[in-house]
Amino acid sequence: MSLAEKYPQEVKEIFAKYPPEQKRSAVMPLLYLAQREEGYVTKEAMQDIADLIEIGVTEVAAIIGFYTLYHDEKAGKYRMQVCTDLPCALRGADEFLANLCDNLGIQVGETTPDGLVTLEEVKCLAGCDKAPMFQLQSGEGIEYHENMTVDKTLELIEALHKGDKEVS
Amino acid sequence: MAYVLLRHRDIPDIDRIDVYKKNGGFEAFEKAVAAMQPGEVTEVVKASGLRGRGGAGFPTGMKWAFMDKNNWPHYVVANADESEPGTFKDREIMERNPFQFLEGVAIASYAVGANAAYVYLRGEFWQVARFLDEKIAEMEKAGFLGDKLFGTEYSLRIYTHLGAGAYICGEETALLESMEGKRGQPRVRPPFPPSYGLYGKPTVVNNVETLANVPFIVANGADAYRKYGTEKSPGVKVFSLSGNVNKPGNYELPLGATFRELIFEHGGGIPDGRKIKAIMPAGASSSLIIANDKALDTPMDYESVPDVGAQLGSASVIVVDDSVDMDWLINKTIEFFKHESCGKCTPCREGTYWMAHLTERIHSGEATMQDVDLLNDVARQIQGKTLCALGEFSTMAVVTAIERFPEDFEKRLASGDKHG
Ligand SMILES: Cc1cc2nc3c(=O)[nH]c(=O)nc-3n(C[C@H](O)[C@H](O)[C@H](O)COP(=O)(O)O)c2cc1C
Ligand code: SF4
Ligand code: FES
Repeated sequence: MSLAEKYPQEVKEIFAKYPPEQKRSAVMPLLYLAQREEGYVTKEAMQDIADLIEIGVTEVAAIIGFYTLYHDEKAGKYRMQVCTDLPCALRGADEFLANLCDNLGIQVGETTPDGLVTLEEVKCLAGCDKAPMFQLQSGEGIEYHENMTVDKTLELIEALHKGDKEVS
Repeated sequence: MAYVLLRHRDIPDIDRIDVYKKNGGFEAFEKAVAAMQPGEVTEVVKASGLRGRGGAGFPTGMKWAFMDKNNWPHYVVANADESEPGTFKDREIMERNPFQFLEGVAIASYAVGANAAYVYLRGEFWQVARFLDEKIAEMEKAGFLGDKLFGTEYSLRIYTHLGAGAYICGEETALLESMEGKRGQPRVRPPFPPSYGLYGKPTVVNNVETLANVPFIVANGADAYRKYGTEKSPGVKVFSLSGNVNKPGNYELPLGATFRELIFEHGGGIPDGRKIKAIMPAGASSSLIIANDKALDTPMDYESVPDVGAQLGSASVIVVDDSVDMDWLINKTIEFFKHESCGKCTPCREGTYWMAHLTERIHSGEATMQDVDLLNDVARQIQGKTLCALGEFSTMAVVTAIERFPEDFEKRLASGDKHG
């Protein structure tokens, strides 16, 4: 099923935001929509978007490549994106991330063996006063977690694992 | 003193439309639409002396007056990209006092004759965008957005648009490219957005905090606003305070408050009995100020900060204590700029790459004095040669770290080469 068949209402609402002759503006929200199920944009979805807004599929791919929140490869169900930029680093973010890696037994860029969490390092997320902090990105959206400790993070992962918690 | 911008700290549930209304909400918008000409609104904002809070400090009323009246439609775009490391003020305004910001967007739209406005949020602000969507829907329901507002012919709609993780999209022309569905790379200027903006149409791009000031100005007049701040930098500012400080957070203070007041009175000083070493007043894009008494007593306004060798910029004050070495610090900032360079022009793309190679080498203790000199040269060669300010920003901390904290570099050089 194409994107427009799967999400007719959403696609309609997205296009309604922009002038009718400016279809191309819809590319960013459409890419988020395409990521909803798998957490990344599949080749088919890229083609769907290209057709919907009448641009070439390579242009869609170039946009995916330009922005950090679009992905063209599968990763864990959740991308745990820890900020280690300067203000957070001044408040211990590098140590936090190193400890987290040790506890999870994975390196930055790797995924927990159960396929749940991919650990990533990112730039400032506008939460510098609440370091250490990270965001969880899934197909469904992005959620901030601030003033974190390694213990609290492990608890969160456990809750995600059990399915007690969903990210909105 | 009552808050002007962070009013949720006085009135916690001001994010509810009934509470916002009860506290004077939308009166300024109604006054503008029902009782003022668009040009009059622009005049009041001009007279208030409000300057853009996104970093450049450009006079807001003047920008609105530049809109090309021979080319329609007009657009307003609120810049909610907020990606400068150390900046988190727009987020608090949108999350806690959303209607005041949206009312500012609405008044700006009326003033420049726009019937559609967009809020461009960084992609990470996914939840903020959803929240604003709800608030926009509430405004439509209450008759503050839509057709024929306040019984006039004026109509307005506001939409959110989510970016997807790219610092450069905070630069206003890159932001417009991104909104048009392209890669977010800056345009060659001129023309500037008030003559050639979104979809090639005249567009005002203003920062979230800038717009949040507007309802107060229109409701109370320019003189009331000028009671805050200094002659040339009137008004209040939200300072994002981060780094080695006891109480990081946002602080709304009049422009012209000193670094000492912000860091020691409000921010509770430096943790663990350490001493303050340096201040970056404009986030990672900032020059490093040596935090001596003169610097601490400097007023934080657009005119005074240059006296101590930096710019006020977005007023994201990063505090650095004496346990931090500058070779480490610039390695962090360069890593950021290397990652965020959009690649459109060579000096920035190659320069940030080259600087990152050198800062990494210096920080790892393998470098000689020649490497430090080379780093300084590379940084200086980037300056003045880039299409947008990001290239320039990337060099500020590097050049001032080497100039103002040379001992940190000498200490790190490969042994036996202290004087290389
Ligand atoms: C690299 C770069 C990043 C920027 N990021 C932001 C930002 O995140 N938010 C913002 O409001 N302005 C940012 N600006 C400034 C904008 O280009 C523009 O000057 C501003 O949005 C104008 O609004 P103002 O006059 O209300 O400040 C950035 C500029 C540059 C060069
Ligand atoms: S200075 Fe850097 S970010 Fe700006 S246009 Fe050039 S390459 Fe892009
Ligand atoms: S530096 Fe980490 S959120 Fe700003």
